[in-house]
Amino acid sequence: MMSRRIVEKAVYWLMRGTTYCLVLVIAYIVIDIVYHGFPAISWTFLTGMPRRSGAEGGIFPAIVGTLCLVLGTIAVALPLGIASAIYLSEYARAGRFTRMVRSAIVTLAGVPSIVFGLFGLGLFVLFLNFGASILSGSLTLACMILPTIIVASEEALQTVPKSLREGSLALGATKWETIYKNVLPYAIPGILTGSILGIGRAAGETAPILLTVAAFYLPRLPHSIFDQVMALPYHLYVLATQHPEVDKVRPMQYGTALVLLVIVLGVNLIAIILRNRFRKRCRW
Amino acid sequence: MPVVTPEPDLKQLEPKVRVENLNFWYGATQALHGITMDIPARQVTALIGPSGCGKSTFLRTLNRMNDLIDETRLEGKVLIHEEDIYADRVDVVALRKRVGMVFQKSNPFPKTIFDNVAYGPRIHGVRNQEKLAEIVERSLIRAALWDEVKDRLHISALELSGGQQQRLCIARALAVDPEILLMDEPASALDPRSTARIEDLIGELRRLYTIIIVTHNMQQASRVSNVTAFFYEGRLVEYGPTKRIFTQPRKKQTEDYITGRFG
Ligand SMILES: Nc1ncnc2c1ncn2[C@@H]1O[C@H](COP(=O)(O)OP(=O)(O)O)[C@@H](O)[C@H]1O
Ligand SMILES: [Mg+2]
Repeated sequence: MMSRRIVEKAVYWLMRGTTYCLVLVIAYIVIDIVYHGFPAISWTFLTGMPRRSGAEGGIFPAIVGTLCLVLGTIAVALPLGIASAIYLSEYARAGRFTRMVRSAIVTLAGVPSIVFGLFGLGLFVLFLNFGASILSGSLTLACMILPTIIVASEEALQTVPKSLREGSLALGATKWETIYKNVLPYAIPGILTGSILGIGRAAGETAPILLTVAAFYLPRLPHSIFDQVMALPYHLYVLATQHPEVDKVRPMQYGTALVLLVIVLGVNLIAIILRNRFRKRCRW
Repeated sequence: MPVVTPEPDLKQLEPKVRVENLNFWYGATQALHGITMDIPARQVTALIGPSGCGKSTFLRTLNRMNDLIDETRLEGKVLIHEEDIYADRVDVVALRKRVGMVFQKSNPFPKTIFDNVAYGPRIHGVRNQEKLAEIVERSLIRAALWDEVKDRLHISALELSGGQQQRLCIARALAVDPEILLMDEPASALDPRSTARIEDLIGELRRLYTIIIVTHNMQQASRVSNVTAFFYEGRLVEYGPTKRIFTQPRKKQTEDYITGRFG
């Protein structure tokens, strides 16, 4: 009897301890970045051009570059992802082909991001001749997060009860009218929530943009989608490993990391807010 | 067992739907076997029988809702106004506009009361706000819901009670001006008072529409319908005027079912 109680207690504390450890590690990372990064943040840092290979000045082009890439990725991945999800969820008949497409999508979600980078280099940069550009980078990032968007969108579509589709069809609505008027509107918040999490990931990735868009040092703003840009994750990588004075630019590294962290967490926060509003509003 | 003599009064009624030797399969399982029946216009026809005997399946063949289920197969004919609704050139969308359906579990859309009722007319091209408002009002009046909701047409339909939601679904079906109304156990999830209201409503609607209602409630069938079809294991066992079916059933299975000996 006694030993069972001890085991029970031990398991409980083991679980609890593990959870606390995890929280501690995350808190340490965040606090460390904020503590070291915050002093580096200033108006010039946020809105100024970099100087001396990024050792001085600001990171404005990298911020703009990352925002351009995020917007470009959204513009490509969201319509494609939602369209595929609608096809898979509403139109495709259950069968071998659909199963294969689905497992291909799941597999794609597990492909390392550097492979997407190489793929983007081969297809967009070289073969389609888009060069290293915002276009190539956005397309590459879009390919990377498409599986996330498709899976999230399909799940959101599946949570819309079948009875709403039947009710609409029974009134003489076509399939597309039913989807457009009586399924998608209820699925959109869920689709956005899942998609934004994917987009947050795209904002922080280095490998896919390394070969397709990111400039090592380019102290000016892009003029078109065919321009190269600097991007925060790659800039951080450069400052931390490639810079001739790695130790001296420590504050710049932390500042850049903090800005990147704020952008990614901000994106995730939007997703969380959307999801909570959605939960309150929609019940059937 | 004597051969069933044709029902004189059923024969005299104008048929709205003619079903001829209808067979239906889900995959390899046959759910309907050789159903042949004429469903009269502007009457209430009740489909009764034990659970799983094919009532819903039969009902859904009449507006081709079974088309939505993968791997189903149908043989035989369903004629509405002498037109085969399974012929190649039939427009399913137009068919479903003519043959409305109310489901067992009420399924109001998560929209306002107004938008629920206006959904069908909008789909079918009514844009004029006044015309829409008129259709919504008329449909809600017909569904005996108008007085309860006329001051709050723009609240969510999900805030209505269960019985009101089902009447809203009826109003929504009426808004596209169907000729035939299919109802699949429309009151099975409702309390007795709401059920009584729906039954009264069906009595009112019979003058305007051809109604086919599935019910597993014998009292309900005898109260609301004037024609009754008894289904058993995917077959139409007996079909005739409700009063006759309930007072002098000709088949033993019908009698056993009606008297509650099985089912
Ligand atoms: N979607 C479906 N797929 C396969 N079999 C079904 C489906 N719907 C109903 N069936 C089967 O068809 C038979 C008739 O069902 P149903 O028409 O729902 O009966 P009822 O409405 O009289 O209870 C049952 O045996 C049921 O299991
Ligand atoms: Mg049923």
